[in-house]
Amino acid sequence: MLAYLIRRLFAVAVMLVVIMLVVFGIFFLIPQWTGVDPATMYVGKQSDAAALEGIRQKLQLGDPIYVQLAEFFKGIFVGRTYSGGGDVTHCPAPCFGYSFRNEQAIWPVLADRLPVTLALALGAAVLWLIGGVAAGVLSALKRGSVWDRTAMIVALSGVSLPIYFTGLLSLAVFSFGLGWLDGQFVPLEESFTGWLGGMLLPWLTLAFLYAAMYARITRATMLEIMGEDYIRTARAKGLREPVVIGKHAMRSAMTPVLTLLGIDLGALVGGAILTETTFSLPGLGQAVLKAISERDLPVILGVTLITATAVVVANLVVDILYGVIDPRVRLG
Amino acid sequence: MTDPLSRTGATVGEPVATTSAPPTAFLEVRDLRVHFPTDDGLVKSVDGLSFQLEKGKTLGIVGESGSGKSVTSLGILGLHTTGQYGRQKARISGEIWLDGEELLSADPDRVRKLRGREMAMIFQDPLSALHPYFTIGKQIVEAYRVHHDVDKKTARKRAIEMLDRVGIPQPDKRVDSYPHEFSGGMRQRAMIAMALVNNPELLIADEPTTALDVTVQAQILDLIRDLQKEFGSAVIIITHDLGVVAELADDILVMYGGRCVERGSAEKVFYEPRHPYTWGLLGSMPRIDKEQTDRLIPVEGAPPSLINIPSGCAFNPRCPYADVPKGGITRTERPELREVAGGHFSACHMSPEDRQRIWTEQIAPKL
Repeated sequence: MLAYLIRRLFAVAVMLVVIMLVVFGIFFLIPQWTGVDPATMYVGKQSDAAALEGIRQKLQLGDPIYVQLAEFFKGIFVGRTYSGGGDVTHCPAPCFGYSFRNEQAIWPVLADRLPVTLALALGAAVLWLIGGVAAGVLSALKRGSVWDRTAMIVALSGVSLPIYFTGLLSLAVFSFGLGWLDGQFVPLEESFTGWLGGMLLPWLTLAFLYAAMYARITRATMLEIMGEDYIRTARAKGLREPVVIGKHAMRSAMTPVLTLLGIDLGALVGGAILTETTFSLPGLGQAVLKAISERDLPVILGVTLITATAVVVANLVVDILYGVIDPRVRLG
Repeated sequence: MTDPLSRTGATVGEPVATTSAPPTAFLEVRDLRVHFPTDDGLVKSVDGLSFQLEKGKTLGIVGESGSGKSVTSLGILGLHTTGQYGRQKARISGEIWLDGEELLSADPDRVRKLRGREMAMIFQDPLSALHPYFTIGKQIVEAYRVHHDVDKKTARKRAIEMLDRVGIPQPDKRVDSYPHEFSGGMRQRAMIAMALVNNPELLIADEPTTALDVTVQAQILDLIRDLQKEFGSAVIIITHDLGVVAELADDILVMYGGRCVERGSAEKVFYEPRHPYTWGLLGSMPRIDKEQTDRLIPVEGAPPSLINIPSGCAFNPRCPYADVPKGGITRTERPELREVAGGHFSACHMSPEDRQRIWTEQIAPKL
């Protein structure tokens, strides 16, 4: 198991470096090759020649590519100093970029928003795991029953209805109609119950979308597993049916669910744009949306790196859990 | 939640266990029928099967794929609904008496308690029959602790003892191995250890050697025979391989299309078979103790569809002697199982004299 762990960690480290290289390539290399000046992306819409030249010097765009790359990596791991255009600014590690327009390092801004997005993704994940897996297992065991059909129709609608529909609908009903929740985001530091009240609808809406997918996957997997020989063996031993299902079948059914969870969680960290916008949550997604509309390149770069890292880390956790669940994986 | 193993189908057909005489044998199966409703029709996997088995004896059930051998064994354990047709409830009828207790009319939870303790099963492919995520030891411990109120340590000791008994080297180390870390033969030994951990009175081995290397097959068969002597249990061995039953069985039951076509002592069925299908099986078996003069004689045609079983004798479309009895009776009337000699039964329309003649003149010399 330890060897497996070390192998996985090493692979993750390599993966992260590759991601940084790709991000650097997309944000700095390709623009320069295609004749676009990256500096224009940093200065904002209103720019004068002097400011542009200052940024060019700060980003060292005149230097060879490898120097730029080295500075990029240096920024991420130890921080970097931008000098040029008459002033010197320091961007501490991890320096994902610097907004010269707002005189702000990007990371602290995003770090403020990250907990909101993480709370949204993790809270919803718990809900959709419980709901989706339970619905899927019940559907599989009662295949063809009224329950199965109802659950699968609900699941289908969950997959097909966009979040800005279900989200607004839930706001209309529970917040404006019934007045149960006010649908306002309250920071956790201010009030726990207020925070919980504000997160509840986003969690439920997001969980509904994903639970649908998980229910279908779980159902299909369970149907397959219940026909496996080792389930018959478990019954032949004289085990009670709940033990056969809860212990023998569920253990195997968790593998594909975990795979999906790793990808979804990672992607959600950078991509809960619709949910955060619908519910006005001050998370990463909202920041990205704003950055895109304002062509604020450093923010986009920062969120890209965070998202990619989140996907890689989530998959690392999944890989480790695989190893815990399935002994054959450890051989790798 | 409805128990998927419940036997609601037991009410189909004759009323169960009310009028019939109590059994005389340890295991007695009477007129067992297992039918699966499917979209294409009723699959009659087992259609009126009866046999008896005493403790300490071995019964070999022989037949092609789809002849109903496995469904019979699963039916005895009450696991017939979990097979390949699992979508709709199987219908089972007849009587299964185990040690004086009728199982088809018994409470499902009572049958569950007997499963694994009084009657255990060894499956064909030990790799798929063992759970890949649990160690061998855990799976044996679980089998033991369902039926015995002991702590994990005691159960583990018992598991190691059983692994040792079935010939697994270093059982105290191997107990913590996973199935994929075992070889095929070792896995089947572990499977046997798991089946025997509760000293069952009835052991059903469903094609126990089919998935194994030829060199390992003999070892496993020896092991089953030794363990049977030691534990004195009744054994049913299900196979399509006549060599396996020749090795082990006291009695042989030949199945075709969900029914018994020939039944008797191993000696009788091997040396004086009285059914053309048994002749076919013998003819298609390679022999190394005799010089190979002819090619093997396969049984022509395919096993019958269990939805549309041929009218008359189920074997008639494949039988080279279907026209020996006069008047096309083989195509219109189903032959009953009749005694041809003491304890030797066969279901064939041909007269015993005809069969005796065909066997000694045409079949036996070629084998």
